Amino acid sequence: MSNTATLQTVQEAEVHGVHHHEHHEHHETFISKYVFSQDHKMIARQFLITGMIWAIIGGLFSVLFRLQLGYPNSTFPWLEDLLGHWAKGGKLQPEFYYALVTMHGTILVFFVLTAGLSGTFANFLIPLQIGARDMASPMLNMLSYWFFFLASIIMFSSLFVQTGPASGGWTIYPPLSALGDASSGSKIGMDLWLASMAMFIISSLLGGLNYITTILNMRTKGMSMTRMPLTIWALFFTAVLGVLSFPVLLSGAILLLFDRNLGTSFFLSDIVVNGKILPNEGGSAILFQHLFWFLGHPEVYIILLPAMGMSSEIISVNSRKPIFGYMAMVGSLFAIAILAFLVWAHHMFVTGLNPFLGAFFVLLTLLIAVPSAIKVFNWLTTLWRANIRFTPAMLFAIGFVSLFISGGLTGIFLGNSALDIHLHDTYFVVAHFHIVMGVASFMGMFAGVYHWFPKMYGRFLNNTLGYIHFWVTITGAYLIFWPMHYEGLAGMPRRYYDFSNWESFKMFAGLNEFISFVSMIVFAAQLLFVFNFFYSIFKGRKVKDLNPWGANTLEWTTPVNPGHGNWVGEIPEVHRGAYDYGKDGREFIPQTEPIGENESHH
Amino acid sequence: MSTLTIKQKKKIHPTMFTLWMGIASIIMMFAGLTSAYIVKRNQANWTTFDLPLVFWYSTVVIIISSITLQLSHKAFKQREMAKYRGLVVASLLLGLLFIVMQVIGFNQLWIKGITLTKNVSFSFLYVIVGLHSLHVLGGVIALLVLFANAFSAKVRSYNIVPLEVISTYWHFVDILWVYLLIFLLMIR
Repeated sequence: MSNTATLQTVQEAEVHGVHHHEHHEHHETFISKYVFSQDHKMIARQFLITGMIWAIIGGLFSVLFRLQLGYPNSTFPWLEDLLGHWAKGGKLQPEFYYALVTMHGTILVFFVLTAGLSGTFANFLIPLQIGARDMASPMLNMLSYWFFFLASIIMFSSLFVQTGPASGGWTIYPPLSALGDASSGSKIGMDLWLASMAMFIISSLLGGLNYITTILNMRTKGMSMTRMPLTIWALFFTAVLGVLSFPVLLSGAILLLFDRNLGTSFFLSDIVVNGKILPNEGGSAILFQHLFWFLGHPEVYIILLPAMGMSSEIISVNSRKPIFGYMAMVGSLFAIAILAFLVWAHHMFVTGLNPFLGAFFVLLTLLIAVPSAIKVFNWLTTLWRANIRFTPAMLFAIGFVSLFISGGLTGIFLGNSALDIHLHDTYFVVAHFHIVMGVASFMGMFAGVYHWFPKMYGRFLNNTLGYIHFWVTITGAYLIFWPMHYEGLAGMPRRYYDFSNWESFKMFAGLNEFISFVSMIVFAAQLLFVFNFFYSIFKGRKVKDLNPWGANTLEWTTPVNPGHGNWVGEIPEVHRGAYDYGKDGREFIPQTEPIGENESHH
Repeated sequence: MSTLTIKQKKKIHPTMFTLWMGIASIIMMFAGLTSAYIVKRNQANWTTFDLPLVFWYSTVVIIISSITLQLSHKAFKQREMAKYRGLVVASLLLGLLFIVMQVIGFNQLWIKGITLTKNVSFSFLYVIVGLHSLHVLGGVIALLVLFANAFSAKVRSYNIVPLEVISTYWHFVDILWVYLLIFLLMIR
């Protein structure tokens, strides 16, 4: 690109930006403000509320299938009223049990913890914390939400088709997912699943492109990369992971669609269904697993990194101390992002993978423990001897650290290909990933919601309800998933419908009932949060102080209810990093304050 | 202040930057497909066959279209708008011709008995080449919008960014095709 041309475009962009701004003050209709909004803050709230609706649905599904697992011999007539033929005689049908498990995984992993988590906070925090008026392309940003909405509609509609939604597990392994005759959940429900995921991938890509471009190009004056808050670093790496890994899932999904509908055999070979020999020859089901897990493993970090970033920020703010080892935190995020692409085959140790090859994947997998341990060490040293303010956000951030440690330790077991022979596909795996990826990321998400709610809606969430929510959730999470480790070590397989007529696992009947009981209580506590959320939007305590948490970052220099464009006047200039807490006898020094003459170095 | 201006001059336009990120993700998608192809090729039931001759001609066509688009870029900068429009139309038609030739190639294969479902190596060819053609079609549509704008009497835009973004994408799908052709010739 030639210099003259670029200069010209820069000027044009500036002129355009000013115009853009003036327009918005004047004619904003209901549609342009709340529905097809191009304001990143509104899009963030759309992502959050859509994500919450999905979380309620996905959570409810887990309660339903826990009913079957906890009370396998009971019938619940009200289930038949609710679900019709899927719960004939008040008992979940096996097909529907699988559909519930599949949809629970799909919804929570993709719709809640990917779109709901990074969609919300990347949109909300990136422009506010780097000092930009909006995303690089507000239009793409809006499209990103509406593609997600379309994906949601398609997935939601699949819940209501005659043959039920996809039911081959959230990993949709062929041949089960490729053959409509194989199970009722592999019929139209599976096509809808694939169509929905294609829309979802487009949404993620549009979002991710925008996040990366915005972070690299739109930072305010003085906001060098090493002055960015850790939230932004985490969201940056999340977006990079998404942009590079989701297209690979898309290619896998395209090949699967061809196999399903056009008779190709990418993943199919030598299959007999209902005594009928299929013509498909020469495909490889393992190939799909490679394509899937090449996304699937980075996906874990797409879910986890935003929670890490937000917890780092919230822990530092509420400890009134600088984050310990800022550069080490950035470096470890980078290391995790690189390693995320090199470990996918640890999901496939027992698929007949060459053990020699497996050894390398074991090594690379266990290497993730190094950056993870660095992060945990830095969180703990930030908390160490700090003046901690136990706000609900802080509690959730500490809860995140707790769960990340507990869940991370079992990862060392599972990353080992020899131990995996025993542990694979047992409840040990279920316990591991629910703690380290599921509940931990939820903790980070809740921390973010409690912390930034005042900026989102200009009101506070109710603290008492927040404390109840936190303590029930963390206690419940441990009570649900801790016992599952023992069940898994004893060999109890995941995804089974009924363990009661199985001699080896009969002894766990009481434990399963206990787990189901706790999961219902935890689900109820989440409804309390939902109530708190919507009640506080309208009736919560109003924010009076511009900077209620005494934080350094730029979002707290905007008005209490920032309009489209975020800052009324000039965008503030940044003079320091985001973590000058407890320095030179001052509690906090905002990033906008110039460095004083006699200021000490940290 | 002067240092700031220099910095701004060197900065890449955000839209162009977004395109580069998009290109990275498209590369990942084709990397996924071609590595699946390599994995599958080393397993049973792989058949080798010759690509139709028309794929060679289509390669020439898409390379020429890249050149015409580059020339239109030059014409735009020199404000030779008539020449610019002519060259945009030429690139657009060449892009369409490329897609038509790919379809003709598919047709020839099909007549020879190399059909989509007969063997997995055939299926891969159809999917990879077909997806690439879809990406070319995306470029053609983008160029069509640019073309419509060039003839619009109301807005006389001298903003070069849309043209630069589209031509970068166009060169990318061109290079992608050359890569795919070499890949399909070397590894079969």
